Amino acid sequence: MTSEIIIAGFGGQGVVSSGIILGHAGLFEDKNVTFFPSYGAEMRGGTANCSVVISDEPVASPIVASPDVVISMNEPSLLRFEPMVKAGGILFYNKTLIKSVPTRKDITIIPVEANAIAEELGQGRIANMVMLGALIKKTGILKLETLKMAQRERFTKADDEQLSLNDRALERGYELL
Amino acid sequence: MSEKKLMYGNHAIVEGVIAAGCRFFAGYPITPQNEIPEFMSIRMNEIGGVFIQTESEIAAINMLFGAAAAGKRAMTSSSSPGISLMQEGISYIAGADIPVLVVNVIRGGPGLGNIAPAQSDYYQATKGGGHGDYFTITLAPNSAQELYEFPKLAFELAEKYRNPALILADGLLGQMMEPVEFTYKPIDPDTLSEPSYALSGCKGRDRRVVRSYDLKPGKLEEMNWQRLKKYQKIQETEQRFEATDCEDADLIIIAYGTCARVCDAAIRMARSDGHKVGLLRPITLWPFPNNVLAGMSKTVRNFLVVEMNMGQMIDDVKLATECRSKIHFHGRPGGGVPTPPEIYEKIQAILGGAR
Repeated sequence: MTSEIIIAGFGGQGVVSSGIILGHAGLFEDKNVTFFPSYGAEMRGGTANCSVVISDEPVASPIVASPDVVISMNEPSLLRFEPMVKAGGILFYNKTLIKSVPTRKDITIIPVEANAIAEELGQGRIANMVMLGALIKKTGILKLETLKMAQRERFTKADDEQLSLNDRALERGYELL
Repeated sequence: MSEKKLMYGNHAIVEGVIAAGCRFFAGYPITPQNEIPEFMSIRMNEIGGVFIQTESEIAAINMLFGAAAAGKRAMTSSSSPGISLMQEGISYIAGADIPVLVVNVIRGGPGLGNIAPAQSDYYQATKGGGHGDYFTITLAPNSAQELYEFPKLAFELAEKYRNPALILADGLLGQMMEPVEFTYKPIDPDTLSEPSYALSGCKGRDRRVVRSYDLKPGKLEEMNWQRLKKYQKIQETEQRFEATDCEDADLIIIAYGTCARVCDAAIRMARSDGHKVGLLRPITLWPFPNNVLAGMSKTVRNFLVVEMNMGQMIDDVKLATECRSKIHFHGRPGGGVPTPPEIYEKIQAILGGAR
């Protein structure tokens, strides 16, 4: 099986971190992975996106033209990436920050109150972890425990308190679906 | 089997260079290869190597010349405009028959261009690049794993033939993360023997001279003819490639680096629809894998060249196939990156939708 994923949002929403965490997690589960970030003149508050491929086969192209899964963290990224989702694919969108309503009828659309849940846990910036939790529950591509390990691989300088908070955000997203 | 680590392509190069026993880096920053000097500055500091952020690319390549002339494995990296600045130095190094490693993480050009992935420095890499009659051994990796493995190969080839070697990557390969397995035991530079030309201090022996010229009448011509013999030997013995699904193919795609990855995906789409398509991936761009292509062209009627440029490899493909086959082209210059569906469309157009 091959899953092609695009994660998109504002710079600073943890879009690139989310992609790298999925990459580490895929590797932990002995899958083939590629991660490719957009690396233009990105800055905090600008737009950012990344492509992640997780597969049982060697990954041919790291370039994702029609993703199986899109995570949209903000309004501009929904407008840009909703049309690209493969028919039958899944679109997760951050309902707290996105006022538009996705219109595609041939894909599964999953609203997630990512920022609201993150704020409830005490930290808006972990909205990306809520999304990742929801993603792996719905798609079943990776295990929750692996993601917890993977975020530790990504945030090597974070303290235990932050890492536990990230775990809880992953769990909250996981329990939503 | 050692453990795999998820790494940026640019970081994989650094680990590969250090594992190859290189302890000298000089370079100047430029996107999309900045992670190389950044990580190199950390790693060289850890292992007691030399890292110099120079005042310019011209300084970097000349420091490289000096370090390599002293008999040490030495490398630099840059991206397209920076590599252009280094051409004078590369020509001098080629003229002095000194092995060095230069990594080019290509970006869109010409001029300042952009910072997106490209393959538009193919001519520059494979046809000499600077002034004078010379060639540089040119390797084209297509994964983070090869970015880790090729520095060692590049140094070995460079030293075997006393010639500069290039690794040609692109912005995508540099910026992408992939699992890398550290497949070989790191080389201790102290175990590398001193080359015969090394300027290592002549106390107790005759002095050695490293230079790219000889002013005696006729001598430079003779030096050039000598060098041609070396180039012929490299062309005879060092052609490297990977051929996938070519045996029964009606159409063979020729692509290297990132484009080979994208074409691989397109070929899987085509094969699952019953189209017989194969992939020939040149691993050495110079020497170009002429022999395998000449053989294929006796039975295969259609070749498709895919590059992130305006078609620079077509010349080499036409020479190798001696115009026996039809050469098609799909290119994305100026920082464009092709997608698998876009290549598949081209495949279908060539094969006329025939199964």
